[in-house]
Amino acid sequence: MDKMPKWADVVLIPLISVVLALIVSGLVVALIGESPVRAMEVMVRGAFGSAYGWGYTLYYATNFIFTGLAVAVAFHARLFNIGGEGQAAIGGLGVAIILLNVAWPHWTVALLAAVLFSAAFGAAWAAVPAYLQAKRGSHIVITTIMFNYIASALLVYLLVNVFRVEGSMAPESARFAEAVHLPNAASFAGFLGFRGSTPLNFAFFLALIACVGVWLLIWRTRLGYEIRAFGHSQTAAVYAGINPTKIIMITMLISGGLAGMMAINVVMGEAERLVLDFVEGAGFVGIAVALMGRSHPVGVVLAALLFGALYQGGAELQFEMPAISREMVVVIQALVILFTGALDNMVRMPMEKVFLSIRRSREAAAQSQNPAE
Amino acid sequence: MEFLTILQILDSTVRLATPLLLACLAGLWSERAGIFDIGLEGKMLAAAFFSAAIAFTAGSVWIGLAAGILASVLLALLHGVASITFRGNQLISGVAINFLAAGLTVVIAQTWFQQGGRTPQLASDSRFGNIVLPGAESTIRGIAQQGPLGQVYSELISGHSILVYLALLIVPLSWWALYRTRFGLRLRAVGENPAAVDTAGISVVGLRFAAVVICGVLCGLAGAYLATALNAGFVKDMSAGRGFIALAALIFAKWRPWYALSACLLFGLFDAVGNRFQNIQLGEIIVPVQFMQALPYILVVIVLAGLVGKAIPPRAGGEPYVKER
Repeated sequence: MDKMPKWADVVLIPLISVVLALIVSGLVVALIGESPVRAMEVMVRGAFGSAYGWGYTLYYATNFIFTGLAVAVAFHARLFNIGGEGQAAIGGLGVAIILLNVAWPHWTVALLAAVLFSAAFGAAWAAVPAYLQAKRGSHIVITTIMFNYIASALLVYLLVNVFRVEGSMAPESARFAEAVHLPNAASFAGFLGFRGSTPLNFAFFLALIACVGVWLLIWRTRLGYEIRAFGHSQTAAVYAGINPTKIIMITMLISGGLAGMMAINVVMGEAERLVLDFVEGAGFVGIAVALMGRSHPVGVVLAALLFGALYQGGAELQFEMPAISREMVVVIQALVILFTGALDNMVRMPMEKVFLSIRRSREAAAQSQNPAE
Repeated sequence: MEFLTILQILDSTVRLATPLLLACLAGLWSERAGIFDIGLEGKMLAAAFFSAAIAFTAGSVWIGLAAGILASVLLALLHGVASITFRGNQLISGVAINFLAAGLTVVIAQTWFQQGGRTPQLASDSRFGNIVLPGAESTIRGIAQQGPLGQVYSELISGHSILVYLALLIVPLSWWALYRTRFGLRLRAVGENPAAVDTAGISVVGLRFAAVVICGVLCGLAGAYLATALNAGFVKDMSAGRGFIALAALIFAKWRPWYALSACLLFGLFDAVGNRFQNIQLGEIIVPVQFMQALPYILVVIVLAGLVGKAIPPRAGGEPYVKER
């Protein structure tokens, strides 16, 4: 018997956790002598107050949907993929290779190729940690962390020695051809007020398609069932004839592929070249997004929107209230991870007690009405 | 290569290995008690900031050190509350602590000093100076005129800050405490089989909190060393992944103190060589500096792949202990 109704588990507890995280963040702002209410106003206005703000908010959210889905898929098999950062970086490498070396006639074809390559490169970067977890039992958290650093060193090396444009000092690749530039929001939603400089681009729809895909995979396919069964109980899954090596490998390949596809939004959609450190921590934000979204695509989209707003609002905050550093966003992100992830039981245990006592009093009332039973 | 050049590289190896060693031993204490800690990085960073900030404000490096350790221990206790009291996921808690430190240090530094998230440069009396051992030379010219043995003594052994010698001392101390005392035996047992320790009437929660606090103190030393000995002040993200290299060293050392020393010295050597030579030419092949930087991580993956021995973590690591079961 469940201690709590499902809606409390899915909606109420994450909501309380986020509110707690925001309250503590507000305390931090108050402690450094600024008004939390005003900071909140500036952030909300900065993120949602204009088409300009929405453009950045949704652009960041696109990144976080990809990385959040990557972490969420792995969570379903009870694997903690902390390597989204490295997988996205290598995904960007795949995008750059295919876009720089082939003369694509049109962006639609190029996009298909970029999806394929970013996903394949990201998946390949997740494959070694997955194999070591499946075959050698070495902890996937440790190996994916190590692969983040290896990816970052590899990318620096390649950008400086291979991709760098002759005569340029900047460690970045050449600009992609005009034909492969993804349409941005100004061209497909200009009527909403988006300007030509908005970073929001077609990859946003790709992220939404990925959400539907993940939902279908996890809840509507045999493979998804096996992944969830494996996540609930490894021994039971093995007993039911599920091959653990296969599940670990496939789950991590999908997870790495999703993280890799984040590069389409940044590298192909916004920067239009491969630049250093383009992931900018989005791989780690994915952890917060997946935890807050309870590993469900709908939750992931909502949480990604929240974090997109935080990132854009945080940038505005820096202009309007210079005393608050942009790093305040990182603090909020940390507190969301802390409260929704690590301190989950701190919220859950008292809530379970509340629901249990409500149910008891209801049952007692029902019994006093029908003493015959 | 000249003899003195080799000595200089070894000298900076020791300097660069010290924060790794302290953080690695911190991780060793925590993980031996069954608490995984990927928050070493965050604790170091918090300690680095508070030691530098307080050392600057109070004008005393020792008060700074105490403040750094306190900050690190507070984060360690947060990790303890999340992972021991509320049986949360230790890895997620570690990730949260890393971000919390990365964000808070810059936010507080910006309000406090208004220098873009750094502390002011520390004067020499609010830093740990280098100790010149008796009979050693301290000037470059003086060392160059010595014989080989004198050079080893003056360049390599003498002339480090007190925290370097302290870190080297903590290695045998940790070994002794973990393997030769009752407390150490119980602590290791908690990491392997907490139910057995509980049955013997010893508090699992108490032992694990003790381990987490020791971990906090050692990370505090590591962070203070970064900001007040190796550098003169705090800059944003100055731990620069050292907490994760320490974690790598811990696995490389298979959770044992003496091996931790050699692993940290090895990784310190990579760092020192990478700092001194940008690209290394080995015959026809040029080894890029980025390869040297990635080498610790690559080595750990090789070790984890089981190609060189087998790294087996403490058996109860990462599992919250539930008494009722």
